[in-house]
Amino acid sequence: MDSTKSPPAVERSSRKPLVNLASVTIRFAGDSGDGMQLAGTQFADAAALAGNDVSTLPDYPAEIRAPAGTIAGVSGFQIQFSSEDIFTPGDDVDTLVAMNPAALKTNLKFVKKGGIIIANADSFDATELKKAGYEKNPLEDGSLGGYRLIRVPINTLNAEAVKESGLSSKQVDRCKNFFALGVVCWLYDRPLEPPLDYIQAKFARKLPAVALANSMTLKAGYNYGETTEIFNEQYSVGRAKLPRGTYRKITGNEAVALGMVTAARLADKHLFYASYPITPASDILHTLAELKNHRVVTFQAEDEICAMGAAVGAAYGGAFASTGTSGPGMALKTEAIGLAVMTELPVVIVNVQRGGPSTGLPTKTEQADLFQAVLGRNGECPVAVIAATSPADCYDAAIEAFRIAVRYMTPVILLTDGYVGNSAEPWLIPDVSKMEKISVEHPTQPNDPKGFMPYKRNAEGARPWAIPGTPGLEHRVGGLEKADVTGAVSHDPNNHQKMVELRAAKVAGIKPAGKPWVMTGPESGDVLLVGWGGTYGAIKAATLELQKRGRKVSACQLRYLNPMPAGLEKLLKSFEQVIVPELNLGQLRFVLQANYLMRLKGINKIKGQPFTVQEIIAGVESDL
Amino acid sequence: MSIAPSQVGAALKPTDFASDQEVKWCPGCGDYSVLAQTKRILSKLGYDKSNTVFVSGIGCSSRFPYYMATYGFHSIHGRAPTVATGLKLARPDLNVFIVTGDGDALSIGGNHFIHLMRRNIDLKIILFNNRIYGLTKGQYSPTSEHGKKTKSSPMGTVEPPIRPISVALGAEASFAARALDADVKHLEYVLERACKHVGTAFVEVYQNCVIFNDGAYAYAADKGTRADSVVYLEHGKPLVFGKNLDKGIRLNGGGEHQGREDRRSAAPRRAGRRAGVFAEPLASPGVSRTGRHLPRRGRAEIFAAGARADCASRGDAGGGRSSEAPDRAGHVGGRLTRTSACL
Repeated sequence: MDSTKSPPAVERSSRKPLVNLASVTIRFAGDSGDGMQLAGTQFADAAALAGNDVSTLPDYPAEIRAPAGTIAGVSGFQIQFSSEDIFTPGDDVDTLVAMNPAALKTNLKFVKKGGIIIANADSFDATELKKAGYEKNPLEDGSLGGYRLIRVPINTLNAEAVKESGLSSKQVDRCKNFFALGVVCWLYDRPLEPPLDYIQAKFARKLPAVALANSMTLKAGYNYGETTEIFNEQYSVGRAKLPRGTYRKITGNEAVALGMVTAARLADKHLFYASYPITPASDILHTLAELKNHRVVTFQAEDEICAMGAAVGAAYGGAFASTGTSGPGMALKTEAIGLAVMTELPVVIVNVQRGGPSTGLPTKTEQADLFQAVLGRNGECPVAVIAATSPADCYDAAIEAFRIAVRYMTPVILLTDGYVGNSAEPWLIPDVSKMEKISVEHPTQPNDPKGFMPYKRNAEGARPWAIPGTPGLEHRVGGLEKADVTGAVSHDPNNHQKMVELRAAKVAGIKPAGKPWVMTGPESGDVLLVGWGGTYGAIKAATLELQKRGRKVSACQLRYLNPMPAGLEKLLKSFEQVIVPELNLGQLRFVLQANYLMRLKGINKIKGQPFTVQEIIAGVESDL
Repeated sequence: MSIAPSQVGAALKPTDFASDQEVKWCPGCGDYSVLAQTKRILSKLGYDKSNTVFVSGIGCSSRFPYYMATYGFHSIHGRAPTVATGLKLARPDLNVFIVTGDGDALSIGGNHFIHLMRRNIDLKIILFNNRIYGLTKGQYSPTSEHGKKTKSSPMGTVEPPIRPISVALGAEASFAARALDADVKHLEYVLERACKHVGTAFVEVYQNCVIFNDGAYAYAADKGTRADSVVYLEHGKPLVFGKNLDKGIRLNGGGEHQGREDRRSAAPRRAGRRAGVFAEPLASPGVSRTGRHLPRRGRAEIFAAGARADCASRGDAGGGRSSEAPDRAGHVGGRLTRTSACL
């Protein structure tokens, strides 16, 4: 490992042996309020800053605070960090930190045989064990014999470490996540500077005692790993060979937000974002609400319908308008999306998918809104649909969505999901000055000898984006069917057929503004895995593994779902078998089968969890 | 509202605001009157077609934008406030009007209506209240009277009507007013006051649906009975009505209103009665909301135009623009406004 900051206190020669590993997956798990999300995020930062490729998976419950110590309250954070290019937050866990019995119970199944379990021994008392449904203490009864069990009295050691700080006992208890973080940082030889810097930045000014306590317990945890006999060796994961450049860690939701801001900048426009808070999309609103100085107007509407209506109104006024939500919110927006289709206005609609139907599983990931996106409106109501494949890809997808919305004067649905939205990975910060601008033209003159015709289309079927405030181009738009070219309200039968077909043709003719799909492997072979959205990483990793085993397997991760991109049929038909892994009952499979008259197989998982690499490999091998 | 001066040299005439579309409301519909007065006001106040936008929902009222030569957006049922809000937030330079109806604004659009009021963005909303669903051919609406028999309520409705102005005031509207389609001078004046208000101006227009609910406001529209059934609220003036202005509004005595009545009677005594404000029976004839038995005196609808002058939270001084001389249908004093919310 190459340490970029000051080395730990102990010299190399007296350290324990250092074992190099290519990749490691760890999981922090504890009660809600134990600070597992924070500990995990800090570790991911430390790993990323040490040069690893990183992928994260927050796994938290829907309740704000379930009863303390219960199974329902367990909150987890998983990180895979690697010296290689990785695509998932890891299948099996190498090291589990279990802050209480409930956390152990819920997460044991993810730990690989022989994996390390760091258990907070202080928390395994009769009361807590009972809450977790343990009759006997698993730390004592030998049931964990298949693992490397490390009992650490975290509560006690943490309290001891911070006793000089003058904090109350409740505050002291809240520091124990940093103790655990310290232990894990030592175990995997990650630098302490990033979490130390974070502690200073967050607490030093307003709560210096808290800052001091957290720093002390972090170092105490680190030293505990170093000094005691509980660990025989240290592990290290080398720097990954990522392309040169400046990186930052980014989640999918942050990337969507920054992508939309960039798109507006590329067109020299304001971004107007209207939204109603909903898990797991609220962070897009939070990120944008702080970017007022980047020509962003955010509007927290009274409901999802208002958010969509406001986006339509803002687009009518000439803004780069967007809204974001999850499945239930998309349902509410349906009618207003139809209005955007009928008035042919550019609006980007982000759906961070979650478990459904109805309220479903708000904090769990799924990708079962494809039908809704492609088909879910009354009438013949086509909408372009794009799906991002990873957290960083959300940035590009958001910009592409705006390019298409504006070029074709149409709403565009951008599908992400809870996993991609909340998961983090390193992102190479692009040079915006080198990006292609988004050209926008608002007419200032009539486009016809008879006057201004709001529905006179260009060669691609797009109508002119004439905005209020322009003299001489006054016109009315609305949800009623309108006459071709003039836009006057019309009930004429032939006109209706014509307009329906024109709108359909416009969307059918949309050309992708970026990669239509991401390919792994050759474009012909035995098996093609076709996926979409956040399953990219797991499918890619499975494909690479199967290729290593000699199989002729390739993968195609679709980014453009409506219209389907040109050349896809040829690609599908170049393989003996096409398998569609998705986190739903087979929606993409249905769409592909309908479009291309092929019989396809699916690998379908709807558990509110992403695919593991193993599940996809097993799904393929069961067919071969 | 920042009224942009006409970009053409001379101000536009009312006819300049008419679009080329044939107006298709039923002959005799009250909407014609609102359309006419709106064009007059836009002309009088020097509006420009190019930066004025009419946004409507669904209903007969909502055909309005097609008949104006400005920019217009005929949106979806109940949602005009959402589109108008997004438009105004993205383009504060535009003059934005919302045209809606009793069903559009208070049934499906009730939620958006409430938040539009509290948000107080600088736009105007005109609600055509004909106490019926006209476009869908005659079902009852949220403002239909209790017991109304319609196609969807053959045995009479079971709910009492909601009062748009009460909802607006409850939602902290900064300007709430009511006019009558048949009283064109007053309607024009109310629209003018609304346009000049900086903030959300809500205007309820009692509008006659000649086909499905004809005569809903005959008592007020009919010139013979108007004087005895309409009170025009005027800032600083007593609440009197009648052909000779010799009838007053009296708050029914007793209980919590007693003390307020004393402060409120700025009027000289007429015919031995003191002016105050009547608490109108709400639940059923003869029984007030507090359960007190009230004599039936016939209805006195309050017609008013003006801004709430007691909105300290908005930074308005009590009394609003007190430098203006009280005139016909001028500002409503704060106390009166609060009371009118109970009526």
